[in-house]
Amino acid sequence: MIVELIAAACGTIAFALLFGVPRKYYLYCGAIGAAGWLAYGLLVGLTSVGAATASFFATALVVLLCRFTAVLERCPATIFVITGIFPLVPGAKIYWAAYYLVTDQLGEAVTSGFSALKIMIAIVLGIVVIFELPHRFFHLHFRRTADEAGGAKH
Amino acid sequence: MEAGHILLQNGAEISRVEETMERICRHYGVDSGEFFVLSNGIFTTGGHGSDHSYARVQHIPVRGAQLDKVVAVNQLSREIADGKYEHIEDVEQRLREIDRMPPAKKWLQVLASGAGSAFFCILMGGGAADGLAAFVAGVLLYIFELYIGAHLSKIVSNISGGMLVVLVCLGCYRLGLGGKLSPMISGAIMPLVPGIAFTNGIRDIADGDYISGAVRLLDAILVFLCIAIGVGVMFTIYHGLMGGVML
Repeated sequence: MIVELIAAACGTIAFALLFGVPRKYYLYCGAIGAAGWLAYGLLVGLTSVGAATASFFATALVVLLCRFTAVLERCPATIFVITGIFPLVPGAKIYWAAYYLVTDQLGEAVTSGFSALKIMIAIVLGIVVIFELPHRFFHLHFRRTADEAGGAKH
Repeated sequence: MEAGHILLQNGAEISRVEETMERICRHYGVDSGEFFVLSNGIFTTGGHGSDHSYARVQHIPVRGAQLDKVVAVNQLSREIADGKYEHIEDVEQRLREIDRMPPAKKWLQVLASGAGSAFFCILMGGGAADGLAAFVAGVLLYIFELYIGAHLSKIVSNISGGMLVVLVCLGCYRLGLGGKLSPMISGAIMPLVPGIAFTNGIRDIADGDYISGAVRLLDAILVFLCIAIGVGVMFTIYHGLMGGVML
């Protein structure tokens, strides 16, 4: 698990670099990526929820953290969301779907393709739900920043 | 206008582009500015009182994103709102600087792509050797994308990128570097995954900017499909050559 967390953090940072995130935010990106993976891993490992449900809650947590960080650092939340979501993307599922499809195992192809789609939708919902939370909610916890930032968008 | 251009070109959401332009215009006394922003164009009109108004349409091609420019413009717009810039010339000067901000060095990007591939390979349950193979694949993939893929259409470059990844991973696998093909390949295709288009597409749709959101989501889905096609084609070729030997 620890190895996985480090891998998630480093992988997220690598993609942050690839997308040109400013250097001072690398640590936040890594931490958010690792937190998302930790939530996903714990939900799948310790409870009986499916991968899609786990992805939903992990994404929600990631986006929540992103918005708090954005308020704290006074910068766009987007840069953290884009990188932090990466460990949750069902890359392996897409790979298996393609693999089964060309090896004529259509049943398995549909199963993994559909489960990839379910996870994607869960990620979409996770992002949308948290971005619907009003801006004020995030400022309550950082009153000082809130006063300075005024109504500016993060 | 220029601020909107930079934001849009480098991966910001539609609502952010509109709001930033609105804020800058208000601050400099343009009180009837109207903007219509799409994923690849900005339409602006502006005026002050009874002065004759100003209109402009600008087409903005989709290009690789640099999120640090989004951060910088965001910061600038904040400073304008705080009244730090007296003259519009200073703002223009600053915007030109932001536009010229260099992307990360090419070798660094290539290295990051390799490292990202390796770490995600390990995340999917690969071992150290698998990670090394994914690193090689990720590095080669990004070199390919930087020097050849940039001249191809998006569809072709993603399909061939997917094929390249599978080719390199199969090569490593046959040479004995890495034992688990699945984490190797799914890690190494990660640099191709359209994270920015996907995330922004969702947010645009959530904000009600359906046209831009749909375009960006379509872009993301197309890329996902192309990757899958590339992977599939390469496997088919491999199976054909190896006489249907299962991996």
